[in-house]
Amino acid sequence: MKLKALLAAATAAAALTAGAAAAEQVKIGIAAEPYPPFASLDSSGNWVGWEVEVIGAVCAAAELDCVITPVAWDGIIPSLTGQQIDAIMASMSITEERMKTIDFSDPYYNTPAVIVADKSMDIDATPESLAGKIVGIQASTIHQAYAQEYFKDAELKVYQTQDEANQDLFAGRIDATQADSIAMADFVGSDTGSCCEIKGAVADDPAILGRGVGAGVRKGDDALREALNKGIAAILADGTHEKITAKYFTTSIY
Amino acid sequence: MTGLFELLGLGASAELLSLSGWGGNLLRGLANSLQIAFGAFGLGLVIGLFGAYGKLYGGKVTRDLLAIYTTVIRAVPELVLILILYYVGSDIINKISEAMGGGRVEINGVAAGIWVLGVVQGAYATEVLRGAIQAVPVGQIEAAKSYGMPAFMIMRRVTIPAMMSFAVPGLANLWLIATKDTALLAVVGFNELTLETRQAASSTRAYFTFFLAAGFLYLMVTLCSGAVFARIEKWARRGQPSLKGGTS
Amino acid sequence: MGAARAAFTEGGHVMTGLKELMQPHRIVMMLIFAALVIWCAVSLRWDWLPKYAPLALEGLWTTIWILAVSLVIGFLLAVPLGLAQAVGPWYLSIPARTFCTIIRGTPLLLQIWLLYYGLGSLFPQFPWIRSSELWPYLRQAWPYAVLALSLSYAGYEGEVMRGAFSGVAKGQLEAAKSFGMPRFTMFRRIWLPQAIRNVLPTLGGETILQLKATPLVATITVMEIYAVSSRVRADTFIVYEPLLLLALVYMAIAGVIALAFRRLEKG
Repeated sequence: MKLKALLAAATAAAALTAGAAAAEQVKIGIAAEPYPPFASLDSSGNWVGWEVEVIGAVCAAAELDCVITPVAWDGIIPSLTGQQIDAIMASMSITEERMKTIDFSDPYYNTPAVIVADKSMDIDATPESLAGKIVGIQASTIHQAYAQEYFKDAELKVYQTQDEANQDLFAGRIDATQADSIAMADFVGSDTGSCCEIKGAVADDPAILGRGVGAGVRKGDDALREALNKGIAAILADGTHEKITAKYFTTSIY
Repeated sequence: MTGLFELLGLGASAELLSLSGWGGNLLRGLANSLQIAFGAFGLGLVIGLFGAYGKLYGGKVTRDLLAIYTTVIRAVPELVLILILYYVGSDIINKISEAMGGGRVEINGVAAGIWVLGVVQGAYATEVLRGAIQAVPVGQIEAAKSYGMPAFMIMRRVTIPAMMSFAVPGLANLWLIATKDTALLAVVGFNELTLETRQAASSTRAYFTFFLAAGFLYLMVTLCSGAVFARIEKWARRGQPSLKGGTS
Repeated sequence: MGAARAAFTEGGHVMTGLKELMQPHRIVMMLIFAALVIWCAVSLRWDWLPKYAPLALEGLWTTIWILAVSLVIGFLLAVPLGLAQAVGPWYLSIPARTFCTIIRGTPLLLQIWLLYYGLGSLFPQFPWIRSSELWPYLRQAWPYAVLALSLSYAGYEGEVMRGAFSGVAKGQLEAAKSFGMPRFTMFRRIWLPQAIRNVLPTLGGETILQLKATPLVATITVMEIYAVSSRVRADTFIVYEPLLLLALVYMAIAGVIALAFRRLEKG
């Protein structure tokens, strides 16, 4: 009886809100936590940034009716498999580990991973120099996987968002952080980031760091994957990708 | 207040908090939080009422199942329950919908939040209402029965009005828990007040300003609700001899 | 609050409990439950367990000691908070009441973030902090976690203690006074023990509530048991299994707490 009541209430609640989804809307999941300059909230509550514009362009080129749906980064893959969203476009790198659970489109950008630390700190991006240091990383990222594999002598602190790791780097609670080079370039250029500088890129390991950032889709959802591939190819070919990139960065990130 | 902010090196907070700045976002988040809290509290009450009746008058199996429900919900952290219910809930609904031949059901954030917190609230509400129903003198219900009142009418005319005064303090407590538990939904990425605050804080680096502002908003909700519930309790107790110190 | 405790005492005594358990419908339910457990063990993925077991044990230990330390500190703070509210002069009772209202009126998650990130954002403006003796501790996350949880417990329990102190019969205190007992001895021998006996029935429930608050500190990088399950989810993309196990672990701890308090109440 209890279960029935619960289910009835839940389906009723769901049915009430199901109305608007008549047309084939594609829910593009992005991380709910800001990740500038790729995706962040402005003060009027709109999502802006390089990736947000790319999502718009890809969807337009692929003739998809997309809605941006923020979900917690830490649970973004379960949200995809649990059908709360249809695709992930949240700077997610294409890695073998993730390919076991979801499929990926072709990559739409690719940047190296770097180590950032206080300017006065004499370290580089090698495991030896980070030994005994406190390294902050974002949960569920390639950087977490990489740091767990290579920086075994460092103390790892895992944050829910890169932003919090940056904040703690600024506060001095961690010695270094590993993250995407573009996001970090943005950070060290900001007021809070002025404490710190990029110490160098980590040695590449394609098995962990992947081969660029792609859109994640459910396994077997080939129709959507193909559509997104088409859209990505189109914006790369007609110069839209380049135009959006030029608005945010000085160099190409594809 | 502003002097304090200046002291903390966080000037311009008034500007940041203005409605055209991030203040609007916070208020939107607050509206979302309240909406979810309201819905969850309501759903919790419905579950609680059925649960309380089930525990008191249900069969053996119903009673045992309800005991498992309330025990599990009250022993496992809300954060863990939220994650489980959030993922399981949408899975179940989609499976049911597919089984019934329907397509995929879209679940928006507010509905999911209401479902998740409502199930949690339901367990506590079950206990509160059960206690309140038990506190109603048996004679009143027996009298109603002897008049030949149908069960539902007894519930509507006798049990519920009579138990109100016993239930209100507990329900007030539950409502406050509901408003504060919405903050946990920030962890699964709902745009309620706490997540909006975090987004605003990390975009502007004014952590103190925004966390204090959000704390102030929550406190206002608590204090206002406290005043409202005090009136409700007074109303529910009308005609009863005053029970000094009855609340806890 | 005490309701959580009641749920655990419902089971009754062990001797009669066994007889109660042997009712037909319960046996059927237990069989269904056993089938469910076997199904979970067989068809869900548990291959990650050996690899993460040491980490999970460490996380469990962190959960337990943070819980224990914050309970002790919180209770030590709650006694003066309750006393100040119950009998203190206005310049003590008003701050105490304000503190309790603020703690109880705002979400713990927000309090934790305010303490950790809010305070953290101030450090760079005061460079001397980094060269101070306290810096090695201020760098870590656990002091903030313990502080936030302790303050929270003190806020809730302070309110309970207020009621407990007010509930001690005045006649006893007057009797002690007439014996010429010094005020502190009176407090230590009569007032405090009675107040604690008054709150003991609710203490078990409050402790379980505090246990349920501990996973929030995972959001500020404390590696407790909840954080370990998140790590498993992040590494392996397995969602349900770690969460189910986690729920089971919390239920086990809650059960132990409930049993311990039941013994304490009797003894």
